[in-house]
Amino acid sequence: MTSLSNDVLLESRGLTVRFGGLFALNELNIDVRNGEVLGLIGPNGSGKTTFLNVISGVYSASAGNILLDGIDITREKAHNISSYGLSRTFQRSRLCLSLSVFDNIALGAQRTLNNGLWHNIVQRTSFAADVRRIADEARELLHVFNPALPDKLFDPAISLGMIDRRRVEICRALIGKPKLVLLDEPSAGMTHDETDQVVDEILGIRKSLGGLTIIIVEHEMGLIERVTDRCVVLNYGKKICEGKFRDVAADPVVREAYLGQA
Amino acid sequence: MTPTSRTLVRVPVWPLFVAVAFAAVALTALVLIENQRWLGAALAITAAVCFCAARFGGVAAMEVAASENPWLLRGLIMVASLAVIFVLRDDNFGLLMLATVLIYATICLGLTVQMGYAGLTNFAAAAFAGTGGYTAAMLGQQGGLPDALVLVCGGLVAVFIGSLLILPVLRTRGHYGALTTMAFGVMFNVFLDANDFFGGPQGLKLPGINLFGWDFTNDIHIFGLVLSSYVNYVILTGILTALAMIFVGLLDRSWVGVWFDVVRLDETAASVFGLKIAYWKVLAFTLGNFLAGLMGAVYAKMTGFIAPANFTFGDSLVMVSIVILGGIGNRWGVLPAALIVVLLPEKLQFIQEYRLIFYAVLVIAILTMRPDGLVARRVRKLHTEASA
Repeated sequence: MTSLSNDVLLESRGLTVRFGGLFALNELNIDVRNGEVLGLIGPNGSGKTTFLNVISGVYSASAGNILLDGIDITREKAHNISSYGLSRTFQRSRLCLSLSVFDNIALGAQRTLNNGLWHNIVQRTSFAADVRRIADEARELLHVFNPALPDKLFDPAISLGMIDRRRVEICRALIGKPKLVLLDEPSAGMTHDETDQVVDEILGIRKSLGGLTIIIVEHEMGLIERVTDRCVVLNYGKKICEGKFRDVAADPVVREAYLGQA
Repeated sequence: MTPTSRTLVRVPVWPLFVAVAFAAVALTALVLIENQRWLGAALAITAAVCFCAARFGGVAAMEVAASENPWLLRGLIMVASLAVIFVLRDDNFGLLMLATVLIYATICLGLTVQMGYAGLTNFAAAAFAGTGGYTAAMLGQQGGLPDALVLVCGGLVAVFIGSLLILPVLRTRGHYGALTTMAFGVMFNVFLDANDFFGGPQGLKLPGINLFGWDFTNDIHIFGLVLSSYVNYVILTGILTALAMIFVGLLDRSWVGVWFDVVRLDETAASVFGLKIAYWKVLAFTLGNFLAGLMGAVYAKMTGFIAPANFTFGDSLVMVSIVILGGIGNRWGVLPAALIVVLLPEKLQFIQEYRLIFYAVLVIAILTMRPDGLVARRVRKLHTEASA
């Protein structure tokens, strides 16, 4: 159980999620190493998003353990998990569209802010300082993605196009300075070119942050090939293969899972 | 609505003067005019002016001027309020109506925090106000407690009763949460009706307010003028409404306001980024119920008599319709909406019998034409805080 070497950031041991009689995840053992980009691939319904949902606390595990940096977070509530340095994006955009870009990004920094009524209502000068700090950080992040975005910081999120919304979501996930970011299908709803662009931007940011660990769930194999250090292939909630994308893609078991030719 | 960036050009402030003056005149006319034809004409003119102002940029100009000169706006509202009180100084019924409108508006500010911000539909606002009212009545019978404390106790007891209700409210979502509060509202009434200890259907009498020696039952003598004793209540409710407006406004323009919105809009995203949903819902519920209980206590003291019939489910519905009419989540909207919903049926005699039909038609009509309410909520712009 404590085979944990220092360079494993996230570790799932015998992780099982059952919905009634269905095993969405079935005794899954996955190690995510510090600083790597791990691709999670597999056919539809193989449990990729379930895996992200269970480690971020949206679902609870039926059995098994999740260790983040050696700490067992299996039974933690969703709202506590972000304090261990984990954040994520969602397959379907989960921005609050009627709120400003700033409000959405500030949510990502929620843990660093003072939420007391006294601070928020009475100590308005120090509250204003909070706003300035978050606005500066948000502008800096947004600028990396798209130099035009910082000017739209106080526009409603609904006024942005799909690609910019995805960028805002990623900024929201990054502004809290997490150790581990889960990206759930960053290509969903975007064109090929847009996806390429966003991925380049993510890689650029990752470099500037110095080795952020990322788990990425994706159907777009070109993207997986380009960004991942290692891949885990799931099928029916079980790990069927693990390794470099090239090796994984050539594996006959994986090819069979994907119904013929991958 | 495209957001306007801050311009360096000084915006004209006269639209602010015009708007406040117009509001004051329209309000006074609505309260004073008895003749039904004249009243109809006054209403039509008011509606037409508001429509034109909204259509041709007058409202937008006023909003810009107001956001650039918040203290001028506050000053103007003060002056206009004093002018209205002066004109209505011996119209007891008008003053009573005005205080009632302000009480409803303040309760609806509490509802705005609950429904508009945190997304908790509360169909028991009248019951929470009633809790405050009955608390004031019971404490009044004991005597001894200063009235300022009695009013605060009204709010606190409403919060306490609300905290009993919060568990089922948290366990249910959306429509079902609303049903829970509805059930409570009805239960409240049945309980009071059947309970002799609280006066049963005959209700309870209670004395007027005496705040730190300021006796609300006396007429005010000032500068050789005599102001009706009801002016006391208008001043008190006006101050409470203003304080609630400021508080709710600050709340909206703070992290707390942002988190309320996120909890309402997307619970999953909220909890993944560390917000404890239950905490924020309880906080919103508590703040709203405190306002309802506080104002219920003021209402009870003002009318001097309360009965279960004052706090029915129908009254709760009226409060919710004020919030919806005004524009959910916009605190300014509750003022005109409360005025329309509370004052008009009293003034327009032909409506009185058909009160509920009037509300229904009004809500349907306004929501058909303005789905976001009279004053739609704006996108929050926190950078104005940072640069201030």
